[in-house]
Amino acid sequence: MTRLLTRLAQVSAMAVVALLPQAVNANSGMPLLHFSADSGNLPSVQRGARNFMAYCSGCHSLKYLRYERIGSDLNIPPDVLKKNLMFTSDKLGDQIKIAMPAASGDWFGRVPPDLSLETRARGADWVYTYLQSFYLDDSRPMGVNNTVLAGASMPHVLWELQGWQKKAEHAAEGEHGAEHGGGHHEGSPFEPVSKGTLNPAEYQGFVGDLVNFLDYASEPGKQARISTGLKVMLYLFVLLGLTYLLKKEFWRDIH
Amino acid sequence: MAITPNPYKTTGALGWIDDRFPLTKMWKEHLSEYYAPKNFNFWYFFGSLALLVLVNQLLTGIFLTMHYKPGAETAFDSVEYIMRDVPWGNVIRYMHSTGASAFFVVVFLHMFRGLMYGSYQKPRELIWVFGSLIFLVLMAEAFCGYVLPWGNMSYWGAAVIINLFGTIPFIGPDLVTWIQGDFVPSDATLNRLFSIHVIALPFVLVGLVVAHILALHEVGSNNPDGVEIKKKKDPATGIPLDGIPFHPYYTVKDLVGVAGFLIIFCAALFFMPDGGGYLLEAPNFTPASQINTPEHITPAWYFGTYYAMLRATPSFAGTQIWGVIVMGAAVVILFFVPWLDKSKVKSIRYKGALSKIALTIFAINFVILNYYGLQPPSDTVQLISQIGTIIYFAFFLLMPWYSKIDKTKPVPDRVTE
Repeated sequence: MTRLLTRLAQVSAMAVVALLPQAVNANSGMPLLHFSADSGNLPSVQRGARNFMAYCSGCHSLKYLRYERIGSDLNIPPDVLKKNLMFTSDKLGDQIKIAMPAASGDWFGRVPPDLSLETRARGADWVYTYLQSFYLDDSRPMGVNNTVLAGASMPHVLWELQGWQKKAEHAAEGEHGAEHGGGHHEGSPFEPVSKGTLNPAEYQGFVGDLVNFLDYASEPGKQARISTGLKVMLYLFVLLGLTYLLKKEFWRDIH
Repeated sequence: MAITPNPYKTTGALGWIDDRFPLTKMWKEHLSEYYAPKNFNFWYFFGSLALLVLVNQLLTGIFLTMHYKPGAETAFDSVEYIMRDVPWGNVIRYMHSTGASAFFVVVFLHMFRGLMYGSYQKPRELIWVFGSLIFLVLMAEAFCGYVLPWGNMSYWGAAVIINLFGTIPFIGPDLVTWIQGDFVPSDATLNRLFSIHVIALPFVLVGLVVAHILALHEVGSNNPDGVEIKKKKDPATGIPLDGIPFHPYYTVKDLVGVAGFLIIFCAALFFMPDGGGYLLEAPNFTPASQINTPEHITPAWYFGTYYAMLRATPSFAGTQIWGVIVMGAAVVILFFVPWLDKSKVKSIRYKGALSKIALTIFAINFVILNYYGLQPPSDTVQLISQIGTIIYFAFFLLMPWYSKIDKTKPVPDRVTE
């Protein structure tokens, strides 16, 4: 009986721990950096769109998103859109497809995945951490590996910006918290090898913009939905008040 | 000229209809002269709310079906088409997906109300039986709908649930192939689940809801005191002394409930439609894949309790059918509640300590089981689920005993508030 009670106490403690908001990457058990994606931050999403098209869209499609939609949602005029963001198509109504041939699967071992829903499938935290967690690893075909996706076949496309890093010799795995990342703080699992064109803080900002854009791309109607929701809530609170008064008026003669 | 003038002496257009169709008669029987006890409390909102959610599901479902394309190659893309290219498609889709969860919240609370106030006792046994059938059909309907987006969780959820039939001796494996229309969940499976989701089960559901309400209006509503209001009638009018016309009193009162419910419902659908991964699961934003299994296959949150019981039951004699039997029995046992309760009183207010404790433990246990049903399997999850399963069944199977020996309080002649 005592054993059972001890067990129950353990279990309830575990239940409490399980309920705490703690993002842990299921793939490697590494804690993820936290990032509150905000697709309502227009300048950030615009920068993210530009950077996505420049660095990502060569290999990764956004097949559910149309150029035209980006233009109207992000206040980008068609001529700017065509000149700066559209590299694989000149039709505004087209979806964002890649120029790579289908056989390109051989290049990386698989066709790079479509990213339309990446932040919904894996979470913004995951994408934010992934793009900061490439490290040099000679055993991999591309010379890099990733702590949140072990054996990732993707090369470190953003190396020019971030620079190269390697795994820290004495990295206390799993114990570094939110301070790790582009910055090489105490307890970071990485050590810098060479500098990039961006400093660590700028690189974090760059990745943040990309994640905000992907968050936008995962549901372009999100901001409209939220602003409509606020009006609906306002209306419903008024409705609640009115229906309550109506009910009181009708029920006056019931005792 | 009417052959037989209608007894309501209505004239004009209404009179013309009343001579040919019982419009005024129905209006009176079910609304303006349906006398409901005047002491309904908070718990009585959930019946009308269940109806509201049903209508929400039917209406949003019609619009989703206009753009959704069943088929293994088209389903996932068409859902994203709805989410992006159909004007307000995302909101319509979230109304439907959040509505499914809301349906279960409302129905669970509605059923708990029934257990609390003995709303299943004579003469309301059939209302309860129809209600239990509605619950059963609702679970089937929700399962079919869950598969339709054809995300990876849809796919593997379908695989797990359909394979439960495979545990049936002798015919199991062939039965699974027959249900799927293929050797694995596939295009054929998706299309038949679509058919069942949008035609077969909604028909049955609406029919059962009508039967549920007709049975209710035949015998009259129970109330928090469990007093039969029809026993004390005004001698002059024949109207129950504690009864008030459903319309306008409860129609206006239910409007307050509707507004309150919509505040919570709309907050979820507009501001957190994923519900932290409980209303829309992250793996379901990846298309179905026969090769990649989600790390942890969970059913929708509202099946947690029953899924926990399925997993808690060990396999023996070389078959896993026992878990399926236990899970099925957990739903089937609901049908027998009217005959398991031997108490002389209906409402928990006048039942004794035993019944109160039993119901409290049952409710807490239900929530705990639900939580553990959604956790990744482990020894502790297994142990808790097994204890929970025993408590779940003990509540029902011991009911004839504890409800009989329990000391009851005298029930007043009239409702108390």
